[in-house]
Amino acid sequence: MLHKCVALKSDALTEFGVCSKDLSVSILMSLTCVSFQACHSETHIGQYYTLPSAHIRTLFPSGLPWRYQQQVKTFNEACIMVRQPSLEVISYLKKTDYSKPALRYLFYGQKGTGKTISLCHAVHFCYTQGWLVLHIPDAHQWVKNCKELLPSSYNASRFDQPLQATTWLRNFRLTNERFLSKIKTKHRYMWTKREFTEEGSLLGELVDQGISRVKSSSDVVGAVMKELRLQSGQPGSDFHLAVAVDGVNGLWGRSTIKKEDKSVDPEELTLIYNLRKLMRNDWTGGAIIATLSQTGSLYTPKSAYLPQELLGERGFDSMDPFIPVSVPNYSEKEFESCCLYYMDRHWLQHPQSRTEEGKKELVFLSNKNPSMLDRICGFL
Amino acid sequence: MALYFTPLVSRLSGCHRGNFTRNCGSCYRACTLDFTSVLSQGASRSGDGSTSQTDRWLGDRDRGRLVLRGASVTSPAAARRPAASSGQPSQQARSLWQQLPRQLPPRTSPLSAKMAASCVRTVGSFLGKCMTCSSSINTVATQVLLSRQVCVSSALCRKNLAAAGPEKFTLEYIQKQVEEYEIGKRHLANMMGEDPENFTQEDIDRSITYLFPSGLFEKTARPLMKHPDEIFPKQRAVQWGADGRPFHFLFYTGKQSYYSLMHDLYGKILKIEKHQDRLRAKGLFSQDAQLISLGPSRWLTKEELELLLVETISTHDYDRFIKLMEHMLCMPYSSTEEEFVQRYRRLLEAQSLKQLVPLLEKDENGVAFSTAEGRRKTSDSSVILRDCGSGHITVNGQDYLQYFPVLQDREQLMFPLQFMGVLGRFNLECKVSGGGRSSQAGALRLAISRALLSFLSEGDGEAMRQAGLLTPDPRVRERKKPGQEGARRKFTWKKR
Repeated sequence: MLHKCVALKSDALTEFGVCSKDLSVSILMSLTCVSFQACHSETHIGQYYTLPSAHIRTLFPSGLPWRYQQQVKTFNEACIMVRQPSLEVISYLKKTDYSKPALRYLFYGQKGTGKTISLCHAVHFCYTQGWLVLHIPDAHQWVKNCKELLPSSYNASRFDQPLQATTWLRNFRLTNERFLSKIKTKHRYMWTKREFTEEGSLLGELVDQGISRVKSSSDVVGAVMKELRLQSGQPGSDFHLAVAVDGVNGLWGRSTIKKEDKSVDPEELTLIYNLRKLMRNDWTGGAIIATLSQTGSLYTPKSAYLPQELLGERGFDSMDPFIPVSVPNYSEKEFESCCLYYMDRHWLQHPQSRTEEGKKELVFLSNKNPSMLDRICGFL
Repeated sequence: MALYFTPLVSRLSGCHRGNFTRNCGSCYRACTLDFTSVLSQGASRSGDGSTSQTDRWLGDRDRGRLVLRGASVTSPAAARRPAASSGQPSQQARSLWQQLPRQLPPRTSPLSAKMAASCVRTVGSFLGKCMTCSSSINTVATQVLLSRQVCVSSALCRKNLAAAGPEKFTLEYIQKQVEEYEIGKRHLANMMGEDPENFTQEDIDRSITYLFPSGLFEKTARPLMKHPDEIFPKQRAVQWGADGRPFHFLFYTGKQSYYSLMHDLYGKILKIEKHQDRLRAKGLFSQDAQLISLGPSRWLTKEELELLLVETISTHDYDRFIKLMEHMLCMPYSSTEEEFVQRYRRLLEAQSLKQLVPLLEKDENGVAFSTAEGRRKTSDSSVILRDCGSGHITVNGQDYLQYFPVLQDREQLMFPLQFMGVLGRFNLECKVSGGGRSSQAGALRLAISRALLSFLSEGDGEAMRQAGLLTPDPRVRERKKPGQEGARRKFTWKKR
């Protein structure tokens, strides 16, 4: 799958941070390479990579952070900086043996260092490789602010969340359009006394069933997950499954949903229960990429960012073993690159922001944290 | 020993209410508990002069008593005590009041006499402690008074007192105070077991704070013992002789000291011009010779000049004085009058010299570091500034981005370093406690500026001082007052 990237001078890269006066507009901007592989190597750290807008619409209907979405709208393009954590995960993805059980990658780091963006970067890579992407934009949304809670039809002790399930199914349909007509179900599902889905029917039908019949949408989600899990590693199927969950610590945390003044445990929610089953590495032919997030999490201290602290005991035991990938603040080079990008886009209007002293001030005030820098540059 | 107490004590003695309406400031210090001198002076003065003055000195009740009871004494306690034999004290007293009418000029109205009058009532119980001669003096005084007594209503008396103006102290009174101060100083030194000869004012202050510990917050309200010159405001001695003729030739201008100063100044100017003419005649005159070098100094302020001249002057007068001085300074060869001019200048101390620069130490890795502390509102902070070159900052063990999520606080931290242009050079290890987020940031900023002083030159330190980085912010939370909702906010005013 070809996609556009703008060429960049790699020798200009070595001069990063030394004398930014020489590095003018010719630097950064996006990469132009013929294939994806050439774009993402170690030498390209710090450079910006443009995501095609068509991909944005299909892949990330709600997966990108809010501020980044605004930036995409303003700049009329979606540029992601190539950074070490996402490069690492992508390199692992390229090298894995897909007959083994799925590997779990976990992005963790301080607030605002770019975990979600790294996840989106990895997901985009999977998408370009032709994988089936199961992207849950924010697991915390499923454990709080639930407007409707129905007792599950399948299992009496659990609760359904029809609204969240239908939204997710719609997004899933949008993202994986081409797979819906290819994959066939292996089991028979009975929704009510009269409605059922036969064995061997298309995945697309299953998804449509869930969207049209709101009451059983959570069960449909569970069914979809089960099907994909069973089919992904099989010799007959020709797709890889990428499970991407943002805010995975919400699955094992607490919830603020109350049913008749009694707070509901996440385990009693169908969606969460099925997602937890998916997170187990008992299936093959794919990968699980996840992010920890303290921002949306409930009842966790603000200073917590490590996996043990955020996942808790149960979560850590279920996720274990996983590959933790730390996402740090910008390095000197990355910071320069970001500033140059903003200047190129005419986002930094203040005359002093172009000087060396101005850069030093920005470094101090933001401590090279990506989100902080973004906020500060917003009013410069 | 004359120990000066606050109006709290003087209120107890009753002398403060109603009598001294204006000069509360000087009265604070002058409420002396030295009743012996007071009583003796009061007694001596009561024998003098016109009836109007006697009216002023004694309270109404006493006057009434005198009229009705005749030879009775002013206080019942004194009446019970037998009159002392006419020994030395009474003779001394009699000689005092006999002598004084000639010496006393007509214009003085002593404070102590007033105090004596009102204190007499309450002081009755203290009489036992004072010398017994006081009672005899009283009896003498009352006997003398009988012949001169004229009954005047109390209302008139009060009005006169109010219009009298600030109380005046006589020269003798001040001298007496000075003697007592000296004697009291020696007593105090003995009490503290120190050498009376080398007992300085600081030692006195120390001893007084030790002997009379006070919990009052207002420092000026605490007990103090200072030389009377510092306590009693300078007053003009009498300006005319016994024949009524004024001493100074400019007395009738009304502001004799000021006009005499201007006169002298103009005299100096004329002298300089004469000197210049003489030099011109000799041919040695040069235009750019010897202007006065004044150093870092300023002119006396109007208040200081008033203190010096012991007389009030208007702003116009002050401006004219300064203009004339400046005119004199501009003339060549004015350095001959340097001493005269310096009397009217005050030195300016360079503020930056007072700054304490923290020490520059080296830790085990050879990295230079300095420590400083800062305070703001209720926050305390201490900062270790290391000359590493990485720009890494920790606050209370946490990253400063986590500790100060608000941009404003981080800007406060950045200010000293950015001002000096050393942003990426230093590592900061900060500890802060107390207060809120803004005051913690302010305390840290002050500590960083102080620590930075040891790495910078003096000129940079001066620049920081002028930028206000080294000034501790004195603003603290104002207390809530009773009758108001807050420090300033009053309760909602309701018409009904």
